[in-house]
Amino acid sequence: MQRRTFLKGSLAGSTVAVAVGAGLLTPGAVMAAWPKRAFETEDMQTAMNDLFGTAQTEPTDDISIKAPDIAENGAVVPVSITSGIAGIEEIAIIAEKNGTPLAANFKLADNAKGFVSTRIKMAKTSNVIAVVKAGGKAYSARKEVKVTIGGCGG
Amino acid sequence: MAKSIRARATLKGDTVTVKSLITHVMETGLRKDEKTGDKIPAHYIQEVTCEHNGKEVVLAQWGPAVSKNPYLSYEFTGGKSGDDVSISWVDNKGEKDSLTVQIK
Repeated sequence: MQRRTFLKGSLAGSTVAVAVGAGLLTPGAVMAAWPKRAFETEDMQTAMNDLFGTAQTEPTDDISIKAPDIAENGAVVPVSITSGIAGIEEIAIIAEKNGTPLAANFKLADNAKGFVSTRIKMAKTSNVIAVVKAGGKAYSARKEVKVTIGGCGG
Repeated sequence: MAKSIRARATLKGDTVTVKSLITHVMETGLRKDEKTGDKIPAHYIQEVTCEHNGKEVVLAQWGPAVSKNPYLSYEFTGGKSGDDVSISWVDNKGEKDSLTVQIK
């Protein structure tokens, strides 16, 4: 009897595991808001479309990207984005030549300032692109970072 | 898990600056185990919610390209000394942690 229960239990367990493996039931499913496709796509345009509803960005001088000119270690590239654009809703950080270019997106409340700072991994030398969404429009700026040793493994 | 986050919130003028460090592997899913050659499964933080007195200020959505042991800094206005600033994260395996500190 106990064995029977055990078998049933493990069978149910493996079904769930298969579902997880097949991507049908990811633990992230509880967070419907996390833009899965934008983070998993290899295409920057798709990522921006998913995030901002447009891949068209307006280049601006009012976004400054602070990142090293040369990053010796691509696994840890400090990136700070500062922007004085009014009414910023979101700031995205994109590493143009990463396998999946979108690194991070920040949704900002009204009282948050146009500033975020974090550290990202870069596979190789490429532009770091900051996209700022404000007032229904998307603005962008870019800065090239030379990477000596890539930081995405594989 | 309550010790995965370190954070500090400081008030200067009308701006509160929050700096935080989270201990997390941020595994991309692309790396291979050197001994077995098996791929190491992805394990990374997907969302970090930053609140001031219970109200959301910044919601960070992350992919695996955020570095190991992530650093996050942001700024906001309207905070005063002694207010609560809380940071909570959840990763792709459903693990989570949170920390509340007071503005200095």
